[in-house]
Amino acid sequence: MSKLKYALFTGCTAKQSTPEQYMSTMAVAKKLGIELVELVEASCCGASHLQDYDEFLSLVLNARNIAYAEKHGLTMVTICNTCQLNTAMTKHKLDNDPELKAKVNEKLAEVGLEYKGTSKITHFLYAIIDDIGLDKIKEMVVKPLSQFNIAPFYGCHNIRPSELANEGHKTPESPYRPTSLDDLIIACGGEAVDYEEKNKCCGFHVELQAPKTAAVLTGNAIAGAMDNNADMMVTPCPLCHLKLDTQAEHAGEAIGRELEMPVLHMQQMVGLALGCDPKELGLQHHVVDVNFV
Amino acid sequence: MSTIETKKVKFKVFRFNADEDYLPYYDEYDMDVTSEDVVLDVLNRIKWEHDGSFSYRRSCRHGICGACAIKVNGRSTLACKERMFDMVELFGEELTLDPLSQKRAIKDMIIDKGDFWEKHAAVTPYLVADIEEEPESENIVSPEDEHKLLDADLCIQCGACHYACPVVEINEEYFGPAAFAAAYRFSADVRDEDKERLKNVNKMGQGVWDCVKCFECAEVCPKEINPIEKITKLHQMAFQEGVAENNVAVRHAVGFKKSIQKRGVLDEGGLVLYSEGCGIVKHVPVALKMFKKGKIALPWNIPTSENMDEIKKLVKSSSTAKF
Ligand code: SF4
Ligand code: SF4
Ligand code: FES
Repeated sequence: MSKLKYALFTGCTAKQSTPEQYMSTMAVAKKLGIELVELVEASCCGASHLQDYDEFLSLVLNARNIAYAEKHGLTMVTICNTCQLNTAMTKHKLDNDPELKAKVNEKLAEVGLEYKGTSKITHFLYAIIDDIGLDKIKEMVVKPLSQFNIAPFYGCHNIRPSELANEGHKTPESPYRPTSLDDLIIACGGEAVDYEEKNKCCGFHVELQAPKTAAVLTGNAIAGAMDNNADMMVTPCPLCHLKLDTQAEHAGEAIGRELEMPVLHMQQMVGLALGCDPKELGLQHHVVDVNFV
Repeated sequence: MSTIETKKVKFKVFRFNADEDYLPYYDEYDMDVTSEDVVLDVLNRIKWEHDGSFSYRRSCRHGICGACAIKVNGRSTLACKERMFDMVELFGEELTLDPLSQKRAIKDMIIDKGDFWEKHAAVTPYLVADIEEEPESENIVSPEDEHKLLDADLCIQCGACHYACPVVEINEEYFGPAAFAAAYRFSADVRDEDKERLKNVNKMGQGVWDCVKCFECAEVCPKEINPIEKITKLHQMAFQEGVAENNVAVRHAVGFKKSIQKRGVLDEGGLVLYSEGCGIVKHVPVALKMFKKGKIALPWNIPTSENMDEIKKLVKSSSTAKF
């Protein structure tokens, strides 16, 4: 197999509030023999908020980001569910509307770029599952997470809208019964916890404008994992991670019970199983300590 | 001709009679379902073959009246449209049938949909226009203008999206996805002259800014109406029509552009400060915890995208909205 190589769109949080997510992405890629070309020119995806304000601008900016991946001739890999949604949605819109694509390209031409539609866009979770394969991961595991009950938290934008989400990867995922993260937990040797909230929303996107809604949703998610005997949660989305890891106290107040749950990024879980050093995976950057590893 | 297949399914069915029962309970039925069956056929057979008192709503059996929506394994669905075999394929051979909302249950699958209708009525779901009674010519809507309504017209008010929406469950004021789709239907109509509707659906608490963007509504709608697409359009219309208020949600959306223009990537702290203004103080305790763990970049450490000149140029040339 030739070496896997992707264009990495880090998104904004990996460089600020979730540095551990960037660290663990790099560490895991190294272990798996994946080469990542970081798209240092990329701008923010708009996080679906810029889209509420100025849709055309968000399309142009996302098309520019994708154009850089195309220049490298590589698949774009995202490490945030919301980045995945917004870049994939841009791609979907432009690939299906030649007139819109022409309008966007007219703008990109001003800076010497063109959106062609030649690069695939996929979240790192699915890149691992589709291109490396769960069997290979299983083979590579040196420190199986066999003593842990791990609760998968999928995050909305990797599974909904499902039609769009499933454009990016080989194995279709049902938004009602997603399996990718469960499968990855099992491949890493852990026990996958089944609970009602695993495919529900964490509330991140209304954190500022509707703090109560946001807190209740986060609270329900953590409580669901706790009630099903999870030792930790794992998520592929840094925004979910921020909610679950940094807001547990607020969330607990909102639903009237004490909550605390260590939460791993998907990359950290894989990294631990593959024998990476916890420091290298940035476990020291969590608000809720992950002190059992 | 294709042959009809059969599968054995165990159904757990929500039972409750608000007049008699203190608490709801589940009845179990083992039944054969065929590749021809829709969920409604199963509801019918429970009533006809097992328990005549079992209650549910249905009328048209053609996906038109919107009466028959229930939940199968927690998933909102239109009973007369959803194929049984698809449900078995998705969830396996044990299926739980629930009303759309347990807390609103009146009898078995029948719920009190009052909140749904109240919210529908609250968005002025009709055309507001001063039209002459005896016009000289027709009021023609061009195909392009008609196209702007997208498919919002196709809503059958089944409530599947409303009771799948997590915000409806938490925030009683929130209008919900179906009401927003209806609001969009009329506010996007070129003949409509009502600005109040748009203002109304842009108010904090009840309006579109409280949507968590979970896409549950888009996923469940049996008519593929994609309510959140309409919600996004309502956000955009608020800016286009100049009714966007200067509040934390609006500043948050606008703040993204400001941040991108400056650094390409987001200045997370700066964005919160711009959105919240003085309200930032309530974030201090969490921010301190995060700071201790190296989760907050100091101003001089915030990254900036390469080729910023391109980003600046594009933001200038491609902006279409004002605030
Ligand atoms: S996307 Fe918004 S309206 Fe739709 S279900 Fe989620 S919160 Fe409700
Ligand atoms: S938008 Fe779709 S799911 Fe919601 S009430 Fe209308 S038809 Fe039903
Ligand atoms: S019975 Fe009318 S929509 Fe199902």
